Amino acid sequence: MTITQEVSTKVKDIYLPEPATVLDSRLLTEAEIYLRFKFDDPKPHDYKPGQFYSVTIPGIGEAPISISSSLTRCEENTFEMVVRKVGNVTNALHNLVYGDKVGIRGPFGTTFPVDTAMKGRDLVFICGGIGLVPVRSAIHHVLDNRQDYGDISILVGTRTPADRLFVSECEEWSKRDDVNFLETVDVAIARKPIWTGPVGVITTLLPRLNLDPAKTTTIVCGPPIMYRFVLMELRKLQLPNDQIYLSLERRMKCGVGKCGHCQINGKYACQEGAVFKYSDIESTPEAI
Amino acid sequence: MSIKKVGSAEFKGWVQSLIKKHTVYGVQAKEDRFAFDVLDAPEDLRLDYDVTILPPKKYIQPQKEVLLTFDENGVFESVMNEESFLILGVHPYDMVAISQMDKVFTKDNRDEHYMAYRERATIIVSDVQTASKDVFAGCMGTSTGEECSGHDVLLTLLADGSSLLEAKTEKGEALLDLIPNAAEPHEGDLEARSAIWESNRKELRKHELHVAPSDLPELLERSYDHPVWNEKSELCYACGSCNLVCPTCYCFNVQDDFNWDLKSGTRSRCWDSCMVSSFAKVAGDHDFRPLAAARYRHRYYRKGKYVPDMIGEIACVGCGRCITSCTAKIANPAEVYNCLLEKV
Repeated sequence: MTITQEVSTKVKDIYLPEPATVLDSRLLTEAEIYLRFKFDDPKPHDYKPGQFYSVTIPGIGEAPISISSSLTRCEENTFEMVVRKVGNVTNALHNLVYGDKVGIRGPFGTTFPVDTAMKGRDLVFICGGIGLVPVRSAIHHVLDNRQDYGDISILVGTRTPADRLFVSECEEWSKRDDVNFLETVDVAIARKPIWTGPVGVITTLLPRLNLDPAKTTTIVCGPPIMYRFVLMELRKLQLPNDQIYLSLERRMKCGVGKCGHCQINGKYACQEGAVFKYSDIESTPEAI
Repeated sequence: MSIKKVGSAEFKGWVQSLIKKHTVYGVQAKEDRFAFDVLDAPEDLRLDYDVTILPPKKYIQPQKEVLLTFDENGVFESVMNEESFLILGVHPYDMVAISQMDKVFTKDNRDEHYMAYRERATIIVSDVQTASKDVFAGCMGTSTGEECSGHDVLLTLLADGSSLLEAKTEKGEALLDLIPNAAEPHEGDLEARSAIWESNRKELRKHELHVAPSDLPELLERSYDHPVWNEKSELCYACGSCNLVCPTCYCFNVQDDFNWDLKSGTRSRCWDSCMVSSFAKVAGDHDFRPLAAARYRHRYYRKGKYVPDMIGEIACVGCGRCITSCTAKIANPAEVYNCLLEKV
């Protein structure tokens, strides 16, 4: 017996990214870029609405980024993201062009329950700013399986008209008979682009909904400050907490429940979130 | 598994043979304190140490560890430790900490980088000969070789200067085979060892904990808004020393470094500290735990509730290093947990 133990060389390294290639990149606003990627490995890659990938720019680093596409309409092995320029990795992501290589780990995290809790329900999507990005994945899924759900309302709030994301898609949704689409901007003082719609924070849209609390499930995603006010409004509308799903952002370094950065009290946002049922975290002080 | 009794000269010879065969990390004097370092000669080994500056964790989860290499074409390759090594003189409380790390790194998503070190480590635990000034392992049930697991050999120095060596694994058995004509212990020797354990359970209590460790999760459950978090953290420098000396802290940061060609490079992880202000901050400067009091509380909840909820063991082993290393003198877990018992 020697001290050296044989360790299998064919181990699964949870930290090893796999290569993907940029298929498309274009600026949606001054600060947000749309990116479409394809995995280099042709084996099927599955992901669900609400999940995220950890994206590596070699040498710059890795960051957790929400998936914005749905496999119901995305070409096999591809996925889309929209990235706001805020840190080292996201700034580098803004420089990507067709053919560039990135590394991908994941998908990580929980999902918007499109196949379970949301089925057969009336749905309200409440998206603030880039909160629309992950929720778009669920919206696509739901619209592509329209018969599985009841009434659908999509609420979108943006800071200014110039910050609006997926403008043509929003227009499409607003024209559909089977979708109640409401949009607002916080402020509209600039001359361009012209904005003739509602002005005010996203909570001002909520009283316009005519919903049945017993039949409705709500998906909320936006900046941290938005949750508190939206949740207050939802309480007024008597929506039960176990029918509200939130996607929470946290600092993440590993995505696999080890590095400790994303903990919300005892919960690892990367494993038990980023999509949480509100009733599961309402008594978790660090959550909202 | 066998138990051998060896005299001091024989013991030296055994350590010499270990050094010849393996990379041995042993406890040595470092100025007026002690540290694990590469052991070149048996004479340098100081098993009479009280506590090491850093826990032996540093060999299994190194301060900085390369995870992978990358190049600009999107080629990523795992880098795994391939070196075997032996750690000589680990105290029981530090061994308890290592077996807790084994659990957190294998639970759910198995961390092969951690395991590449852990599975190549041979560990010889040594019962404590000198109590450090802040140790409270006796309160945590981690003070003796009887109370830890996962090691290969247990070494206990007896009053007559001889040592008892007990093999705990096949690897440990093989190490004992290196001692020619080792004597079998008498019953009296085993009784003497039990007496040492009994004494260590009493002696390694430089601070008293007035709550059973197993009751800590429940105590913390109702102490979230206790004033102690604010009181203590007002003095906190957020330096992270308590994290860095802790044998059960395992949070890490990840960073990329380019090679000189500016095309390829390495990704490594390094120890991180939940007490440092940037720990929960995201790009755009939004900080999810901006208050020192919240970070201070988080650390005690990790030790007494969050990690225990995950692995079923209290993640403080009573080594006392945080108490000694804290400049502001606010990091005594026994004192903090005792405070929570007081009604507010």
